[in-house]
Amino acid sequence: MKPLIKKLVEAVGPSGYEGAVRELVKKEVTGLADDVRVDALGNLIVRKGKQSVGGLRIMLSAHMDEIGIIATHVDEDGFVRFTTIGGVGPRTLIGGRVQFLNGAFGVIAGERLTATDQVHSFEKMYIDLGAAGKADCPVKVGDLAIFDRPMMDLGSRLVAKSMDDRIAVAVLIETLRKLKDTPHEVYFVFSTQEEVGTRGATTAAYGIDPDLGIAVDVTATGDTPKGMRMAVKLGAGPAVKVRDGGMLSDPRVVRWMADTAEAAKIPYQLEILEAGSTDASAIQLTRSGVPVGCLSIPCRYIHSPSEMVDYNDVRHAVSLLTVLLSNPIHLQ
Amino acid sequence: MTPKKTTPSTTPLIGAEQIALLERLSNAVAVSGAEHEVRKIVMAEIKDLADDIKVDALGNVLATRHARQQPALRVMLAAHMDEVGFMLVDGEDGLYEFATVGGIDVRQLPGKTVLVGKDHLPGVIGAKPIHHTTADERRNAISLDSLRIDVGNENGKKVHPGDRATFATRFQQLGPSLVGKALDDRLGVVTVIELLRHAPAHIELLAAFTVQEEVGLRGARVAGYALDPQLAFALDSTPAGDLPTWDGEESPRYNTRLDGGPAIYVADQGTLSDPRLIQHLLQTAETFGIPCQIRQPGGGGTDAGAIHKQRAGIPVVSVSVPGRYAHTAALVARLDDWQHTLALMVYALERLTPAILEQER
Repeated sequence: MKPLIKKLVEAVGPSGYEGAVRELVKKEVTGLADDVRVDALGNLIVRKGKQSVGGLRIMLSAHMDEIGIIATHVDEDGFVRFTTIGGVGPRTLIGGRVQFLNGAFGVIAGERLTATDQVHSFEKMYIDLGAAGKADCPVKVGDLAIFDRPMMDLGSRLVAKSMDDRIAVAVLIETLRKLKDTPHEVYFVFSTQEEVGTRGATTAAYGIDPDLGIAVDVTATGDTPKGMRMAVKLGAGPAVKVRDGGMLSDPRVVRWMADTAEAAKIPYQLEILEAGSTDASAIQLTRSGVPVGCLSIPCRYIHSPSEMVDYNDVRHAVSLLTVLLSNPIHLQ
Repeated sequence: MTPKKTTPSTTPLIGAEQIALLERLSNAVAVSGAEHEVRKIVMAEIKDLADDIKVDALGNVLATRHARQQPALRVMLAAHMDEVGFMLVDGEDGLYEFATVGGIDVRQLPGKTVLVGKDHLPGVIGAKPIHHTTADERRNAISLDSLRIDVGNENGKKVHPGDRATFATRFQQLGPSLVGKALDDRLGVVTVIELLRHAPAHIELLAAFTVQEEVGLRGARVAGYALDPQLAFALDSTPAGDLPTWDGEESPRYNTRLDGGPAIYVADQGTLSDPRLIQHLLQTAETFGIPCQIRQPGGGGTDAGAIHKQRAGIPVVSVSVPGRYAHTAALVARLDDWQHTLALMVYALERLTPAILEQER
């Protein structure tokens, strides 16, 4: 799976501009699915299986988009001011490199601060593209960029930008590959605009009208020095979400996922995340309501250019999803 | 994009008639949730321009002008009828506590004259005169809690808690500028009326004159659901923060600039515009020599934020007329920017075909 993961995390796809990722995914899923289409907001919707008696219509969702920045002003000297797309933290930026959608590269720097313990606000940062002046600058107002960073393979741990949520995109592709027979009509949704408010999943879920929704996304961990208090850690298996800042998982879905993992002897952990949310929160409130859950890949340093996941967690997530989808489902 | 000052000769210009309509609409009162005055004017204006007109459950005016030829593209145009303002909360002897409706900076309220209730009774937002204030008091903003709308003893008996109020500003045309209250978004309302008039034969035009935009895009949400278009444009007004800086330094934050032409949105708080529609507008502007500008990406939002999330998704983009001093008693816009906005939209609709939805984004 590592070559697939590398391709996905190194692709450029800020919210609203997921085209390059969509093309990559399309190539991977062609031949594996019964139907592949793109909806009005750019969601890639991949169907596998036909609903048989006792089968459900299931929506899985992993978002293709990543956080980034967008140019707001090019000054006379050719420096570019910017604002954020999605939840970007100012602490992770200075000294970082960006790649614009048009292929231009630049470095993020900041105005001189008056004290060493200050953090640059976004207003005090700029991007230097090495331009001699405004006329020479390859970027204009409204151009988007992502944080440029190649993937680093540390053996069992992988580090990259946009592990959130390309690692789940990889998990869905791999699950589709492994899923031989299913009594369900399964929609693998590679969604758009999650980082700006689960917008793609909102409309995809309306279109699909599922009986059951499962988001696959990253979640934070509590296993770093003096980090936040949280029970989830890297390497202990994928996490079955119980709740997060925007959703309470359907308890029947949580039980079904946990029981299935137990029976199949796949390691898993239960997740309680205090802030943040996933596509599942949007799916849940679609039309007259949908039972939802979320399978999370534990991830350190989320929304930094160096997000770290455990490769075994990723593989176990694929195994668990495959078992979950291969058998009849009786939520209780 | 380099602004070119040329307008194609065939551009349907905004003339005396359109400016007179804007004046009537600017002077009418339609604080969010009570848009009937503007709705009445709109209904009368579009009577002969649309094939089907209805008022929905929330008060949106939904007008359809059917395509005259196939294949047709179902395009929604949205402009909001409501404006920011005030609501009376409690009071006696003609002095009323009030709440703000929509985004209003309370610091700019003292001393403003207002119109209260359906009879437009005159009132004033009072403040202690300088004679009676201490130096300390003058250093601080006056909180909303200590402001009152004063309508006088007599008229005080004719108004009630729940009545709405708005700035008493009367519309004026001043040289190249249009000055008035509520030009956000009466400029958009007239633009959409004119677009109904100039609708191309191959477009199924779905016009929504929406309610409650200023309190959270509420009307547009249900209008988008009901009209179910293939794509949508929101026509609005956006702040121009292009005033000179005190030290002459280059300002990196202005949102838009007056005289820069229509402002095309790439990203705001609620929406990432469909890149295909952005390109379509930019190419249209380029082809016809219409000046335009990219609104600085950032906060704020338009009806597009609610529309694009309806049903299985709707590609959207917003186009705004830039205006200084938005959400105050007087907005200043340029006639030229408005003309160019209408021209851009007329040509953009003419060039629009279903093929745009097949393009890669």
